[in-house]
Amino acid sequence: MSNFGGIEEVAELALMVEKPEKSEPLGLFFWICVFWVGLNIFGAIFANVLPLQNPLYENFNAINAAPGLHHLFGTDDLGRDILSRVVYGSRISITVGLGAILIGYGVGAPLGMLAAYRRSRFDAILTTVMYLLLAFPAIIAVIAILSFWTPRSLFKIIVVIGVASIPLVYRVIRTATLNVATKDYVIAAKVQGATDRRILMKELLPNIAPIALSFFLIGVATIIVLEGALAFLGLSVNPPTPSWGNMINEARTVLSQNIWLALFPSLAMCLFLIALNFIGDRIRSHFDVTEVKL
Amino acid sequence: MLRYLTKRLVLLVGIVFVISVGSFYLIHLLPGNPATVILGFGATPEARAILYKQLGLSKPIYLQYFVWLGNILHGNLGISFISQTTVASVIRSALPIDVEIIVISQIMAFAAAIPTAMRSARKPDGIVDRILGATSFTLLSIPPYILIVVLVLFISIKLGISGTGPSAYVSLGTNWITNLESLSLPAFTLAIGSFVVYYRVLRSDLIATLQEEFITMARSKGLSQRRIMWRHAFRPSSVALLGAASVNIGGLLAAGFIVQYLLQIPGLGYTLIMAINESDFLVVQGIVLTVSVLVVAINFFFDFVINVVDPRISRE
Repeated sequence: MSNFGGIEEVAELALMVEKPEKSEPLGLFFWICVFWVGLNIFGAIFANVLPLQNPLYENFNAINAAPGLHHLFGTDDLGRDILSRVVYGSRISITVGLGAILIGYGVGAPLGMLAAYRRSRFDAILTTVMYLLLAFPAIIAVIAILSFWTPRSLFKIIVVIGVASIPLVYRVIRTATLNVATKDYVIAAKVQGATDRRILMKELLPNIAPIALSFFLIGVATIIVLEGALAFLGLSVNPPTPSWGNMINEARTVLSQNIWLALFPSLAMCLFLIALNFIGDRIRSHFDVTEVKL
Repeated sequence: MLRYLTKRLVLLVGIVFVISVGSFYLIHLLPGNPATVILGFGATPEARAILYKQLGLSKPIYLQYFVWLGNILHGNLGISFISQTTVASVIRSALPIDVEIIVISQIMAFAAAIPTAMRSARKPDGIVDRILGATSFTLLSIPPYILIVVLVLFISIKLGISGTGPSAYVSLGTNWITNLESLSLPAFTLAIGSFVVYYRVLRSDLIATLQEEFITMARSKGLSQRRIMWRHAFRPSSVALLGAASVNIGGLLAAGFIVQYLLQIPGLGYTLIMAINESDFLVVQGIVLTVSVLVVAINFFFDFVINVVDPRISRE
């Protein structure tokens, strides 16, 4: 989301299912995006094994150097290798993005499915509570909690963002399940005497999986944007640990001497976000089984 | 309609209650005695006494909430222990700047999103639609803090238009032209983010609306394309647009915080971040409370407007 933080906006977009007449092929660009995301995750996991320079080593003989053979992406205002810092920086973004959305899904998804399947009072109460929480501007709550809950750590950041994403995941999953739960094959399974557990796992889960996966990826992208914003405000991991957000933040003070420091982390972040958003979007439209197609 | 509004009003009260409890509890997230954390170790006994009275710290926690709430309802948000002014006055002087940036950005976003969405919806999957689709998709993935850095780099530094750069802020009262100039980059940044959302929402809603029977009817009557678009399709679709705008407000404020911080524009966001850095916790609490209540109130207002535009909603 360009207005970042708009986790709410993402939910809106995820629910706004466009209905294609025929199943769209995934296309080449989809696989390029998958490759790119895979490459980023690979880099984040194996950063210490890869032939990268020490991201914290300050080489005062090469300050604000332009990209060259020795430093492929150039160096920052303290002479640290930008390429290495971009790769190490992806660790923070990916960890926070994945960790937080896993908390959101761990709690929000089972609750959403159960509520949509059971209906009755359980659903009514839970949905009202989630609605109340959704009305609370999540980003402002996250900023507020992190500024008071000191000392900050990566773990706290993940927990706070993760908890903030629960109501949203709940709503997306509940809506998706509701659409499936009233289908004939679910009723048929019930009539045949299938257990609740079986219906939830074998009938409902596979059918909401594409939407869940799509929103999962878009959620990771949104949280990465949010983490960057927190880094900007000094509420994420402390320097000198590199993250995409705090690299861009450092870059803005030396913008006129060193554009590379702003360029590479920004590019890394935007390309990663485009890839995630694109994959999420494509999965949604590819698996969108609408009445029109049936 | 009345029943619907009453229901929403009850919900609004509930939400405001949750927000007030949340904002109140923030102080207790601080490690250690709140008075020590807020005032620092070198605080005078008088200052401690004032704070204890303000926060009701000697009482049990649920009573503290009511003491605090009572103060809030009288407009007393406490005193900033850094600048020694009231938190309420800090907010009063900062808030109009946020409002100005957001209003300008929303005018730009709507002015761009409505015509482009209509153009796209007229021929979905046509060339113009594909280009706009790809553009909006790319813009969707550019965070505001990257966009503003790029804009500052090219417009303020490379083109040398210094009135738009960091710490160039001039208040509206001093000179409205330089004021607009200094707010142009932040407003533009927010406008891009909103444009993307509005364009996408309005486009898909218009496409759906244009397939309705009353549009076919209007076409068969021989009405002009323009009239059908504005009078028959846009009005029902504007509900989706208003809904998107309402949901967008929270993110917009937060995005505004970042761009203000970057350009040192003394709005709520800049004030908030400075307060966080200086551990001026009562200012942080006051801003969080104000902004949250404001967002909820704006959402409620949009709900009301949507109901007026499309009375079918409240009947459901």
